[in-house]
Amino acid sequence: MAAEVGGDSGAPKKGKKKGKARKPKRRPRIDMTPMVDLGFLLLTFFVLTTTMSTPNTMPVVVPPKITEKEEVEPPKIAEGKVITLLVGRNKVYYYTGIEQPELHQTDFSPRTGIRKVLLERRAEVASRYGDPNEMIVIIKMLEEAYYKDFVDILDEMAIIQQKKYALVDITQEEKDMVEEYKKSISTS
Amino acid sequence: MAKFKAKKQNIAIDMTPMVDLAFLLITFFMLTVKFRAPEAVEVSLPSSIADTPLPAQDILLISISSDGRIFFGVDSKHTRLAILEKIKDRYGYQFSEKEAQVFSVLPEIGVPFEQLKSYLSLTEVERKAMDKRVSIPVDSANNQLKQWILFARYSNPRIRIAIRADEKAPYPVIARVIETLKEQKVHRFNLITTLEAQPKT
Repeated sequence: MAAEVGGDSGAPKKGKKKGKARKPKRRPRIDMTPMVDLGFLLLTFFVLTTTMSTPNTMPVVVPPKITEKEEVEPPKIAEGKVITLLVGRNKVYYYTGIEQPELHQTDFSPRTGIRKVLLERRAEVASRYGDPNEMIVIIKMLEEAYYKDFVDILDEMAIIQQKKYALVDITQEEKDMVEEYKKSISTS
Repeated sequence: MAKFKAKKQNIAIDMTPMVDLAFLLITFFMLTVKFRAPEAVEVSLPSSIADTPLPAQDILLISISSDGRIFFGVDSKHTRLAILEKIKDRYGYQFSEKEAQVFSVLPEIGVPFEQLKSYLSLTEVERKAMDKRVSIPVDSANNQLKQWILFARYSNPRIRIAIRADEKAPYPVIARVIETLKEQKVHRFNLITTLEAQPKT
């Protein structure tokens, strides 16, 4: 394409044409290889240094601390709406209701894990109270848990769009329950 | 066996479009690149489906390493200097001009107040080495993180709190930090995560 530019496309200067041997005008070829090398070097550098995954944030709201002075009654909730999750290291122990809890164990696997349990519980609550959003999830973290487990369980809440959940301190009874449950699994 | 030799021809490839493309990409990456600030702690973030980007300004960052050490950082130089003033007033430490200068450019700090002055007088390499073993105390008897947060919120009332913890950070440390935030009546904060695809339902 560029070759035509230097040729006879422009208005020819008649005076010069005479007498001189017609030299075909050659465009000088520039070896672009070093430039390309440099270009790709820089490209590689910027691709590698750029942070593609910009950090995102997950908002967390925790209930205010109740001081002894205030004497606030903890809110009363129906037993049938509650599911309590005890989150350990990549494991979730859960029980429903309050009286005579029976512990079960699951994990964070996407199809068979805690999500399935929560969705089943939602359906159960919906059939009993008419609205799946009546369900209340109580999250208690075991000491063995990692931060990842904490994020995972909050993430599960976001995934199933569970709005009513509370992060509550674990009690000694529940810790004992988990210990006993672990023992009963290892022996059986 | 006479081989019929094709006439060797020099093939010249026109590299212009390639160069054009390469430089276009370079320009793009150069303009979009935002150099990662050197961080005092290496943190591998957990992933979540949360897709709200972290605001660039007015962020108070609490970093927690995989071994449960706690670091504190604010984003603006101005806020850092204001915090240093508060530390001077509260604890009666004196900082030289140079130490204040060093402090004003530190993205994250993890030393207890008692060691702050000596920490600031170290060289960069020595500080890096020290970052490997220090942590801000959060015990109930000596909760310095609480002080840091207090100073930061006085210095910049609009500051928002974000926790950047390693996915292997032990939960009890996280619980202590959340407890500290609650004591300050901070009930709303952010956890920094990387993006993970939303599962199909």
